Amino acid sequence: MAHTTEEVLAGLAELINEETGISADQVSLEKSFTEDLDIDSISMMTIVVNAEEKFDVKIPDDEVKNLTTVGEAVEFITKAQA
Amino acid sequence: MSPLAQAHGSQFTRILSLGAARGDLVVSNDDIAGPIDSSDEWIRQRTGIIERRRSSDAEGAIDLAVRASTEAITNAGIAPERIGAVIVATISNAVQTPSLAALLADKVGATPAAAYDISAACAGYTYGIAQADALIRSGAAEYVLVVGAEKLSDFANPTDRSISFLLGDGAGAAIVGPSDTIGIGPTLWGSDGSKWDAVGMDRPLKEAFDDPGGEFPTLRQDGQAVFRWAVWEMAKVAQETLKKSGVTAEELTAFVPHQANMRIIDEFAKQLGLPENVLIARDIQTTGNTSAASIPLAMHKLLEEHPEASGGLALQIGFGAGLVYGAQVVTLP
Repeated sequence: MAHTTEEVLAGLAELINEETGISADQVSLEKSFTEDLDIDSISMMTIVVNAEEKFDVKIPDDEVKNLTTVGEAVEFITKAQA
Repeated sequence: MSPLAQAHGSQFTRILSLGAARGDLVVSNDDIAGPIDSSDEWIRQRTGIIERRRSSDAEGAIDLAVRASTEAITNAGIAPERIGAVIVATISNAVQTPSLAALLADKVGATPAAAYDISAACAGYTYGIAQADALIRSGAAEYVLVVGAEKLSDFANPTDRSISFLLGDGAGAAIVGPSDTIGIGPTLWGSDGSKWDAVGMDRPLKEAFDDPGGEFPTLRQDGQAVFRWAVWEMAKVAQETLKKSGVTAEELTAFVPHQANMRIIDEFAKQLGLPENVLIARDIQTTGNTSAASIPLAMHKLLEEHPEASGGLALQIGFGAGLVYGAQVVTLP
């Protein structure tokens, strides 16, 4: 079942919290994973794999490099579900 | 009826002994952080490495291999001439040919053993154990010396931020021989050449040779792609290996994965859902990533710290450039 943007954001925030301890209310669409949230490449990959499972989508390695902000990730997941 | 005879060996095999040799230099994170604009904290956080062991110019991969093999042969209590095959897993033999194994066989007195190198990167030692098991059971050798030997510092670029700072030098050796009981379970091994580019040398030797101003080839990796494969794909391989071996995670004494990165080891253990009493090898912390040498080195250290683990079952899994992987459950020597 496809999720709305809000649902994907909330789900992603939960995964980020599990991996890094960053509180979910810090995670908003405009935030950069590396610059604002200080998430390193290894944690990013853990979040990506968990997101694939949670939202039943495929996020290829090459695509991960393009997902700079939370908003870009949410958009990618939402479109991939469609 | 064919007049040909067929060889038959021992029904069962096991690892009889191990030997270890680490580079003679202790290299801290501070020692290497400058050229990659990094820090001790950054390296520790991303890799779990506090320091790595590297060899001085005077010490080559062969010297490390001889030290580790001598210890393994002594601990096995066998005469070296009874070794029927010497298998060296390495990606850092300084020449394309001849093999490091032939030189090693001569230096440790394992003559005239069959001797050859295998190129399966960080999975090389597990490939070697698979071959040793098969060679002994088929009667092609009575004892086999399996060695992972690497002087990776020769192939590390101090300015590379992808892999070089992880690398260490060392050799780990095992004597595999006949056994009354099963000591080496089925090997699960394979490759995925579609990810050939994910980790390996940054350029072919010939290209470097033809470009006098160019640099010697060194190692590189796409860390994120390798991390994903090393944890989630390899967790499936590890589970399948346990299943094929008829062993549950609860029955393991130890988990000895290739020492690639502490974050991989931690996430791997999490994915496998290992019970808390299973010992997890974490030799990377003070040795670094020594590719083919990392599993026997890590197992050797684990047994030094926990001698009571001897006789228990360990799941060992190697994975690396190729991409290639190999795993088996073995009885700890």
